[in-house]
Amino acid sequence: MPALLFVEQVLNGLQFGVMLFLMAAGLTLVFGIMRLINLAHGSFYMVGAYLCALAAGASGSFLLGLLAGLAGAALVGAAVEFLVIRRLYDRDHLDQVLATFGLILFFNELVKILFGPRPLLLDPPALLSGAVELLPGLPYPAYRLAIIGVGIAVALGLYLLIRHSRLGMIIRAGATHREIVAALGVNIRLVYTLVFGLGALLAGLAGAMIGPLLSVQIGMGEEILILTFVVIVIGGIGSIKGALVGALLVGVTDTLARVLLPLAFGAFLEPSAAAGVAASLASMMIYIVMALVLVWRPHGLFPAEGA
Amino acid sequence: MTRVLLIAAAFGLLALSPLAAWLFDDPFLVTLFTRVVILALAAVALDLVLGYGGLVSLGHAAFLGIGAYTAGILASHAFDGSAFMTWPFEIGGSAQALVTWPLAMLTGGLLAAVLAPICLRTAGVHFIMITLAFAQMLYYFFISLPRYGGEDGLVLFARAEFPGLDLGDDVTFFYLCLILLGGYFLLARRLVAARLGMVLRGAKQNPGRMAALGFPLRRYQLAVYAISGAGTALAGALQAELDLFVSPTLLSWHQSGELVVIVLLGGMGTLIGPVFGAAALVLLEEVLGRFTEHWMFVLGPILVLVALFSRRGLLGWLEARLSR
Repeated sequence: MPALLFVEQVLNGLQFGVMLFLMAAGLTLVFGIMRLINLAHGSFYMVGAYLCALAAGASGSFLLGLLAGLAGAALVGAAVEFLVIRRLYDRDHLDQVLATFGLILFFNELVKILFGPRPLLLDPPALLSGAVELLPGLPYPAYRLAIIGVGIAVALGLYLLIRHSRLGMIIRAGATHREIVAALGVNIRLVYTLVFGLGALLAGLAGAMIGPLLSVQIGMGEEILILTFVVIVIGGIGSIKGALVGALLVGVTDTLARVLLPLAFGAFLEPSAAAGVAASLASMMIYIVMALVLVWRPHGLFPAEGA
Repeated sequence: MTRVLLIAAAFGLLALSPLAAWLFDDPFLVTLFTRVVILALAAVALDLVLGYGGLVSLGHAAFLGIGAYTAGILASHAFDGSAFMTWPFEIGGSAQALVTWPLAMLTGGLLAAVLAPICLRTAGVHFIMITLAFAQMLYYFFISLPRYGGEDGLVLFARAEFPGLDLGDDVTFFYLCLILLGGYFLLARRLVAARLGMVLRGAKQNPGRMAALGFPLRRYQLAVYAISGAGTALAGALQAELDLFVSPTLLSWHQSGELVVIVLLGGMGTLIGPVFGAAALVLLEEVLGRFTEHWMFVLGPILVLVALFSRRGLLGWLEARLSR
C-alpha cells in the first residue's frame, strides 16, 4: 500500500480515536470518582449532536451550533444527575444499569417525538471545509484535523484541571475519601454534579463535532457508547490517561483493520470470500484486542488507584 | 410458602392464558403469551448467573442468538437440501425439533463454557463489559455471514417437526414452550437448592472465605454459566420457531439489556421473579403500544422508578402484599 494512503488512514484513526476519547474521558471520570456505570452517556452525545445541527441550521453559524450543543448537553447532564443519578451512587451496579437503560429509552423516544425519526444533516463550518496539504500529494480535510486539534487541547486541559487545579485536587480526594472531604467542608454533592456535567459536556462536544461527518440520528449514542466502553476497559476504568491511550488504540486499530485486512486476505483468497472474511474480522478486531488486553491485564492497561 | 403459591399461580395463569385468546377471539394473544414464556425461559436462565452467581452478564443475547441461529441454520439447510458442512464429514440440515433444539442448547452451553474462563478472570464492571464485548463480536460475526442472511436475517419456512405434535398449531407450540419452561425452571430450582447453589451464594457474599474453605469457585461459576447459556440458547431456538425468522437483532446489546431488565423487574435471585418480569414487560409494551406509538417514552421512566424505589422487584412486592 502506498505510504501516503497509510498516513491518511492513520490520521483517520486518530480522528476517530479523539472522538472516542471525548466520550471516554467523561465516562471514566464518572466511574472512577462516583463508582457509577452510566449507560446513558451516549444520550448526551446525541443531545449535543441534535442541538448543534438544529442551532447551526437555524442560525447558519456552526460556532453557535457548537455552543448550543455544548451548553445543552451540559445542562441536560446536570439535570439528569440532580433528578436521577445522585440517588444511584450508593447502589448496586445492577440498579445503575437498569435506571440508565431506562434513561436511554426515554431520551431516544423524546428526540423522536421532538424532532421526528428522520436523520439530520449538518455542513462543516465554511472556514474548515477545505483540505490542507500536509505532505506533498497528501491533502487532508481541514475539519478532521481540527477535530484532532480539539482532542489534544481537551486532553491537555483535563490534565491541568485534574492534576494542577484546586477543583482537581478536591475531585481526586473525593474519589478515594468521600466522607473526609465532605467533613472538611467541601460540598461534595455539588462537585459530583459538576463532574457529571463536565462528562456530559465532553460527550456533547463529541456529538456536535461528529455531525458534519456522520448523519445525526436516533440511536447514534449507543453505537459509540459500546465502543467507549471498550476503550475505558482497555485503558483501565477511572484513568484519564488510560482513556486517551485506549481511545487512540481502538480508533487506529479499527480504522486500519478495515483498510488493511481486505488487502491482506485478498492476497490468498478469492475476492468475494476475502471481502466477507475481512469485513467480519475487521468489525470484531477491537473486541478481540479488548479480550486479549483483559486476559493479559484484567484491570486494563492503566488501572486507576483504588479501583 | 407464599413463594410456592406464587409459582403455582404463575404457571397456572400461563397455562390458562390461551383461554383469553379464545375469550377475546384474538388469536394473536397466543403468540403474545408464547413470547412471554420464551422470554421467561431466557430470563430464568439469566437469573441463575445474575441472581445466584452475582455475575452481571450484559451479554446473554449471545446465547439467545447462537441458539436461534443453530436452529435456523439447520432448518434452512434441511429446507433446501444442502449440507451445512462437507468436510471432514458431511453434516446436513435438520427439521427435527428433537435434533435442532438439543443442538442449540449444546452450542449455547459450549459457547458459555469457552467464554466463561476468559470472562471470569475479571469481576465487577469489567465482567459486565467483557460479556457485552463478546456478544457484540458475535453480532458482527453473524452480520457478516451472507449465506445466512447477513444483516437482513434468515427466513424459515415452517416450524420444526416434533413426533406426534403439530407445532404449526400455535396453541400446541405454546404448551410445548410452557412445558420446556417448567422443566428448566424445576431443574434450576433443584440446582440452586443443591451444593452448586449453596457454593454460588457463598461466593457472592464472601468469595475469599469460600476459596479458603477449599471450594474451586471458578469451576462452579463456569458450570452455572454453561447451564445458563444452554437454557438461554433453547429460548433462542424457540424464538426462531415462533417468529420463523432469525436476525442479528437477537444478538444486539438491547436484547441483553432487556433480559437484565426482565430479571430485575421481576425480582432477581428468585427464579420465579423473572417469569413475572417477562409477563410484565411484554404486557406493558403491548398495552402502552396500543395507546401510543411512543411507548418507550413511558417505559423508560418506569424502569428508572423501579431501579430507584423497588429493590426486590415485582416478586418482592407481591410477597410483601400476600404475607400481610
